[in-house]
Amino acid sequence: MADYVLETKNLGITFGGLKAAQDVNIKISKNQIYGLVGPNGAGKTTIFNMLTGVYTPTSGTFFLNGEELKGKSQETINHKGIARTFQNIRLFNNMSVIRNVLVGLSNQPEFKCGLFTSIFRLPKHFRTEKAMRDKAKELLKIFDLYEERNNLSCNLPYGKQRKLEIARALATNPKLLLLDEPAAGMNPNETADLMDTIRLIRDKFDITVLLIEHDMKFVSGLCDEITVLNFGTVLAQGDTKTALNDPEVIKAYIGG
Amino acid sequence: MQQFCEQLLNGLNLGSVYALIALGYTMVYGIAKMLNFAHGDIIMVGGYTIYVFMNMTGHPLIAVAVAVVFCVLLGITIEKVAYKPLRGASPLAVLITAIGVSYLLQSLAQIVFGSAPKMVKIADMGVLKIGSLKIQNYTLLTLACSIVVMIALTLFVKFTKIGRAMLATSEDKAATQLMGINVNNVITVTFAIGSALAALAGLFYLLKAPSISNTFGSMPGIKAFTAAVIGGIGSIPGAMLGGILLGIVECISYKIPAIAAYTDAIEFLILIVILLVKPTGILGKRRSEKV
Amino acid sequence: MSLKNKSLKYYYSTIIVAAFGLLSVILSMTIGLEKSTIYLLEKIVIAVILAVSLNLVVGFLGELSLGHAGFMCVGAYLGGKFAVIISSSLGNSALTLILSMLVGGTVAALCGILIGLPALRLKGDYLAIVTLGFGEIVKSIFQNTSRESFGGALGLETPRYNKDELFIYAFAVLIITLLVVQNLMNSKHGRAITSIRDNEIAARATGINVTKYKLMAFIISSFFAGVAGVLYSFSNYNIQSSKFGYNYSIEILVMVVLGGIGSINGSIIAATLITFINTEFATILTGNLAVLQNLLYAIILIVIVIYGNSPALSAFREKYDIKKLFDKFKKRDPSIIKEDKANWNNIPTKIPMDELLSVDVSNNDQNLDSDETDKGGK
Repeated sequence: MADYVLETKNLGITFGGLKAAQDVNIKISKNQIYGLVGPNGAGKTTIFNMLTGVYTPTSGTFFLNGEELKGKSQETINHKGIARTFQNIRLFNNMSVIRNVLVGLSNQPEFKCGLFTSIFRLPKHFRTEKAMRDKAKELLKIFDLYEERNNLSCNLPYGKQRKLEIARALATNPKLLLLDEPAAGMNPNETADLMDTIRLIRDKFDITVLLIEHDMKFVSGLCDEITVLNFGTVLAQGDTKTALNDPEVIKAYIGG
Repeated sequence: MQQFCEQLLNGLNLGSVYALIALGYTMVYGIAKMLNFAHGDIIMVGGYTIYVFMNMTGHPLIAVAVAVVFCVLLGITIEKVAYKPLRGASPLAVLITAIGVSYLLQSLAQIVFGSAPKMVKIADMGVLKIGSLKIQNYTLLTLACSIVVMIALTLFVKFTKIGRAMLATSEDKAATQLMGINVNNVITVTFAIGSALAALAGLFYLLKAPSISNTFGSMPGIKAFTAAVIGGIGSIPGAMLGGILLGIVECISYKIPAIAAYTDAIEFLILIVILLVKPTGILGKRRSEKV
Repeated sequence: MSLKNKSLKYYYSTIIVAAFGLLSVILSMTIGLEKSTIYLLEKIVIAVILAVSLNLVVGFLGELSLGHAGFMCVGAYLGGKFAVIISSSLGNSALTLILSMLVGGTVAALCGILIGLPALRLKGDYLAIVTLGFGEIVKSIFQNTSRESFGGALGLETPRYNKDELFIYAFAVLIITLLVVQNLMNSKHGRAITSIRDNEIAARATGINVTKYKLMAFIISSFFAGVAGVLYSFSNYNIQSSKFGYNYSIEILVMVVLGGIGSINGSIIAATLITFINTEFATILTGNLAVLQNLLYAIILIVIVIYGNSPALSAFREKYDIKKLFDKFKKRDPSIIKEDKANWNNIPTKIPMDELLSVDVSNNDQNLDSDETDKGGK
């Protein structure tokens, strides 16, 4: 079981009779880039919400590196190693760019620093602050945000806001990164750039990526494997090309 | 037993006044999605208007009519000047503005009328005796008026065009706007109705205890808000139920010597407990009838 | 160590306050200050502590508390009573003062937990009402205590300290408060608290323990309110619970809003100004005219909030923002931010839960429940 980074077993949730997702079985190996596709309302974001603890699944369960995380709180799941971005960007708008990343860093064991250490300004406080800032700057450089580090995050252009959200998620040192429509609203150049970035972070941070995307070019160019959802159930699964050419999938997308 | 009955009647009396005020809170909350902190002070303005016109004309009906009209105008003005610019802003900003308006009305009243309480004699209504049970006539009047007003309001919301527009606005403001309904008008009407009810509540308060000062409305206002929350904010029957429950609790607790002094504390404790156990209140459902 | 130099600017206000305190101490020792001046200084110090601590909850955590005077009241009574008890053996010493402030602050902090716990479930308007209710409950309880325990309606007598000494202690407490709040807000814990204010959903997803940090803000804020209460009780010799009502909470809130929500320096300036004007007005204006100042506060409050938050005025604000004009004058890039100030216009105080829970809002409750079980487990 521990061969997979993420494994869901018959994962499902109902909202007052409505089955938003059911019997979803996904297995993602280490360092894969895995895609979750499907029409609007297919239950993709619902699955993300279950995997991050926003919802508690009503049936089934899921494991991260063999550890069951069902029913854990959002914070705990994040500490265990699942980080996410949101479909509609959720940055800390009143904070500077670097502060956004610093918040993400604050729960890492290496930057542990108690309340009293901070209030009494013990030497350890300055050491961790310095280390956190260095780490944050390093992250921002990777995402080409270093120059804007002192700007208010809501003043960034759209594409950079998306990047900052990814940087903040990476700051929590995840094993699995969930990206909810990372390419939405981007032009072709930015999309190509984003594909490179995602590959780069996969290699550099040694993580696994699960992403939701509508842009099929993006998905087929980037994902090793995909799962296609429709009305909360799995329509097709496996190697990206084969799954996308599945007649059921074509029917669901084009209709008919 | 007799004492209990009397207190129950007193409780119904006080409760129906709370219900009238709570209706104002609940309707404004349902439609404008804001907590109108200054609502209690409209009661105070209504009370002072009655006081002034009683002294001028000596005729209670004229005084009450003027008070209702004045409060309606005041309510609309406050909405237009202080709350409308903040439509779409954060709820906390609106709440602080409402607190400011409440403060403003209280200070203005103190400047005009002084801080010493004024006595208002409206009418001597006598006592009704049934056996050994003594019922104040104003209690009956208050009850009768409140019931009529509540029925009228329910019918208004259910069967008139503007009433249904209010219901729609409380469900989904944006969609209502798309249906071609002028939401600004709906909000204005809501404030007008709430203020008129507050003026009436001022009258009933004065009948019960004929003395008025600039903080006349703040306690009843807070209590009525408590009632609205207990009943489920946004729900009209909830406001009535919550008001009457709170009134009865207050009157009974007032007669039990051991806890009489803590009556206010008990009511707030009930509020806190209800908010913790069931934040939507007794009748408040997420998809229930809201106004 | 460039970090140390950079963070020095956070302490400018504390240094100015300390210098001012030192100056008044020297003045009182050499030429001597009038009793009324010292009393005014004490009042200002208490007001600043209250405003700064309230700002922690209102400005940095983004929750509205209308019961700050209630925390102060708890601190004043418990700390004052404790001082009465121990002063019989310890006398009117600095130790008595420190111990009773710790007691008052701690009990107020416990009440902070009591109110902070509902804060985890309730948002915005509801929390405001709960804190308001808390303040009224506290007031009513102390009003009805017996003559022997807390003095009841007649109030509680506290030990009489030498005024010249007391205001030195008061300044020391103020400086400690400022240091603690500044240090807290400019640390990772402060960043976590502001991240909850900015976007609670994102904060949770980023691994911030929302429960812990909300409680932390409430506890620290109420602790200092309690300490201010103890100072108040010593400064006035006698405490009346009626003083700590809703109006007093509002007065503190006015200071915070006037000084700028989320700005510690603003709170210091506003609390000083308002207390000063209040005291000076009280001697000039008498009778009904004394209300003029309340009227003024009400108008200031309304105008500031509408100006600062009205969506219709946002273009105007952009154009005539004082800070931006200042930046232009100094040829500074206005997009670079120096201080983390709250702007409620940008803060989603009501989380659009249905946005996240796209299907049914009733699932909301289920979420809260799962949070609760987690708390029990820790």
